[in-house]
Amino acid sequence: MGEFAVVWDHRGMILLGFENTLIIVALGAAGSFALGALLTIPLMSRQRAVAALATAYVDAMRCVPFLLFVYLLYFGLPSLGIRFDNWSAGVTALIFYNAGYMAELLRAAWSNLPKELIEAGHAFGFSGWSLFRRIILPPVLLSALPVIGNQLIQIVKDSAFLTVIAVAELTHEATSLQTTYFVPFASFIAAVVLYWVTCVSIEGTVSFANRFAEERR
Amino acid sequence: MRAMTDTATSAAESDERAVLEVIGLTKRFGSNTVLRDISLKVHKAETVCLLGPSGSGKSTLLRCMNWLEEPDGGAVVLAGQRIGVRPGSSLRMSDRDLAAVRTRIGMVFQHFALWPHMTVLQNVMEAPVHVLKRNKAEARQEAEALLERVGLSNKMDSFPAKLSGGQKQRVGIARSLAMKPDVILFDEPTSALDPELVGEVLAVMQDLARDGMTMVVVTHEIGFARDVASRVVFMDNGQIVEAGHPERFFAAPETERARQFLVRYAARGH
Repeated sequence: MGEFAVVWDHRGMILLGFENTLIIVALGAAGSFALGALLTIPLMSRQRAVAALATAYVDAMRCVPFLLFVYLLYFGLPSLGIRFDNWSAGVTALIFYNAGYMAELLRAAWSNLPKELIEAGHAFGFSGWSLFRRIILPPVLLSALPVIGNQLIQIVKDSAFLTVIAVAELTHEATSLQTTYFVPFASFIAAVVLYWVTCVSIEGTVSFANRFAEERR
Repeated sequence: MRAMTDTATSAAESDERAVLEVIGLTKRFGSNTVLRDISLKVHKAETVCLLGPSGSGKSTLLRCMNWLEEPDGGAVVLAGQRIGVRPGSSLRMSDRDLAAVRTRIGMVFQHFALWPHMTVLQNVMEAPVHVLKRNKAEARQEAEALLERVGLSNKMDSFPAKLSGGQKQRVGIARSLAMKPDVILFDEPTSALDPELVGEVLAVMQDLARDGMTMVVVTHEIGFARDVASRVVFMDNGQIVEAGHPERFFAAPETERARQFLVRYAARGH
């Protein structure tokens, strides 16, 4: 098992990639979550034009392959004079792409809230932003928690695509390691294990948070 | 938005002593007219019970009183001021203005509608602090006092999911009281409760009535209406069929429809 010894000797590369993956995922998750939560407002709007526009965005994101979306941002937008470095392009792609999914799953949770709960908000004088922020959003998040967890895992996996624009994340570093030292099995296994650890940690955190959420539903 | 110019002047003519007044109210759902020309006054410290068979329009009328349902015609007047439309016009009020009006009208829901992500205490403090912008420490003290009044001081830090229906509804009542409203609307407050829990909620409501709270109660609890109501309003098919003092209404209803309704209830053992 000399391959693994080689990977161990160059673990710095793998760990650097892992660290970058964690940073990218954290930014992508936080950004897509915030943007997705805000998008639910137009999605649930009673003004049809507004809702239709937001729905069109969500549908577009859900229908475009992520890889293609990354290409479009990094290679396509410069034709319009919009230039990103590979990191910004990668994180932006993760945020805008996954915001579509986040918005859709939060919208579903919102529509499933008991109607009376929101009516009580109206009846007690909440409106506009305070109604959303204090009465609607918290129970939406609590009920959507498990699906938000799934989406986070999706973000982890999407982040691996960013190797195509040479972002130094885990998949990219594992690929460099294997081409440099020709240790494909060991370096890919190392990456797989680290992805697995990441996803298991997310699942663990979500199920812990879920216990907290249980009595608040 | 339908014009409501026919009653635009009604606010001026309305009874100054009435806390809440409904004038010529009409409501349709599609082609189905659920309220026809309803007029009703609620005076200070009165408990008005709305009775009638299911589908008679009682709940819709109640929900029109705080504009949760928007009437198609007529007016709702709170303490001399027409609500739901902008002064001197038939345009709908802005959401913000409507919200401000609603802070003066309490509401207790059939299915409690407590906010599940907040503790009992937070539920009661929420609107006073975040809508009325009352001082948090004072709001907390008041909320604690109200919860003690409805017998729930030991449940203040529980979440609604942990409470029985009767306890939830008592929180719902405390939550309304915390706003110090001019009037509280009760939408079938005991209909979703197990029979053995109905009493504890009615006892709290009876206590409020005795204390001079102004209340409008949609209910199927004939006993409560008989013992507590200052006035009974009997509705059928979207209209007020009969209204009067409970003693007279229950002993000798004037209309055949009211008589039949009471006979059916008696037969069901209420």
